[in-house]
Amino acid sequence: MVASVMDQLCACPHCDALHRRPPLRRGEKALCVRCGSTLARRHRLAPDQVLALVVAAVMVFAIANAFPIVDLRIQGLHGGTTLFGAVAALWSDGRQPMAVLVCATTQAFPLLDLASMLALLLAVSRRRRPGWFGPLLRAVQELRPWGMVEVFMLGVVVSLVKLSGMAHILPGMALWAFALLTVLMAAILSFHPHQLWDEPDHD
Amino acid sequence: MTDVPVSAVSAGLMACGHCGQVMARQDGPAPCPRCGGGVRPRKPASLSRTWALLLTAIILYAPANLLPIMQTSSLFATSRDTIIGGVVYFWHSGSPGLAILIFSVSILVPVLKMAILGILALTVQFGWPLDRRQCVMLFHVIEFVGRWSMLDVFVVALMVGLVRFKGLAVIEAGPGAIAFGVVVALTMLATHSFDPRLIWDSPRRALG
Repeated sequence: MVASVMDQLCACPHCDALHRRPPLRRGEKALCVRCGSTLARRHRLAPDQVLALVVAAVMVFAIANAFPIVDLRIQGLHGGTTLFGAVAALWSDGRQPMAVLVCATTQAFPLLDLASMLALLLAVSRRRRPGWFGPLLRAVQELRPWGMVEVFMLGVVVSLVKLSGMAHILPGMALWAFALLTVLMAAILSFHPHQLWDEPDHD
Repeated sequence: MTDVPVSAVSAGLMACGHCGQVMARQDGPAPCPRCGGGVRPRKPASLSRTWALLLTAIILYAPANLLPIMQTSSLFATSRDTIIGGVVYFWHSGSPGLAILIFSVSILVPVLKMAILGILALTVQFGWPLDRRQCVMLFHVIEFVGRWSMLDVFVVALMVGLVRFKGLAVIEAGPGAIAFGVVVALTMLATHSFDPRLIWDSPRRALG
């Protein structure tokens, strides 16, 4: 039974020290004895609970992108923009690479992350691991660092302070949606998808 | 387990970088029996990739700071802001807190990140006798803070989207903004290519 011996071991991803795989309850994490990094963790929430958060985040994501972030009034003129409006403005100004960068990090990657998590968690809750499960999970792990909703949220706050001196500012619906999305994403992203391999794949 | 930990590699094993499954060590990439991903004992060409990406980022860092990131055209004048110009603006307009925030994420973090990654790469390359636990801790720090440098890029994007009053005031993105965004992306890729396990592979040299 070579395979079962392998299943009882794990190696620290940051120093390669070999450990016996620690049994973890929900909310616990194990630290590497050699370098002190997190060796393994099990999220406080069960996959089904994370699934609920993902569904909520998809809806909030739609609202955050459909409505203007802020309404702006300067001397009788008024303007406002959605996130996509800002991307489109960059594009039409001839700043296509920057438009792509902003669109990818604030819209495309977070949405792909949420959609993939939805599929992965649904599969796990039905105790199945179809052929696409492994490749999709690896794709989520690769693109995850590039979703930057929380950094964008801070950018919104800085922009509003910057503009508050010269214009009258009315927060739009999407501003609150982005704030909520930041909180939801923080909870979802703290669930590292490779934990899904440790969930049972049959009853 | 013994008290002194052994590396998986020296025990003839390797761990899947995607799902953590341990398997027999092979030198080429081997498919993981659990998740199907390609597994190698160490990240491929880790040091040369890290150096290539890091040096490109350092070179691009000059235009990112010297070129304007934002251009404001109003009825009377056109002004161009660089990154440091934005910091100075907030400092003088009564928001020292925001000035410090922007200085930290746009100037301090990228410089420290490139310096730390360079030190880590040199440590591996020349076997510098730095404390290995602290090296791993520094690696965690730059992994965590790197993304926040994208803040200025998002601020510029929002200002461009919001301030488009034709004839009165129009804000456009400057070439410094994309250069800066690319610097942040390159340093993130460089960090991702660096394999911290290499710090532990070289034989330990005695401290001074």
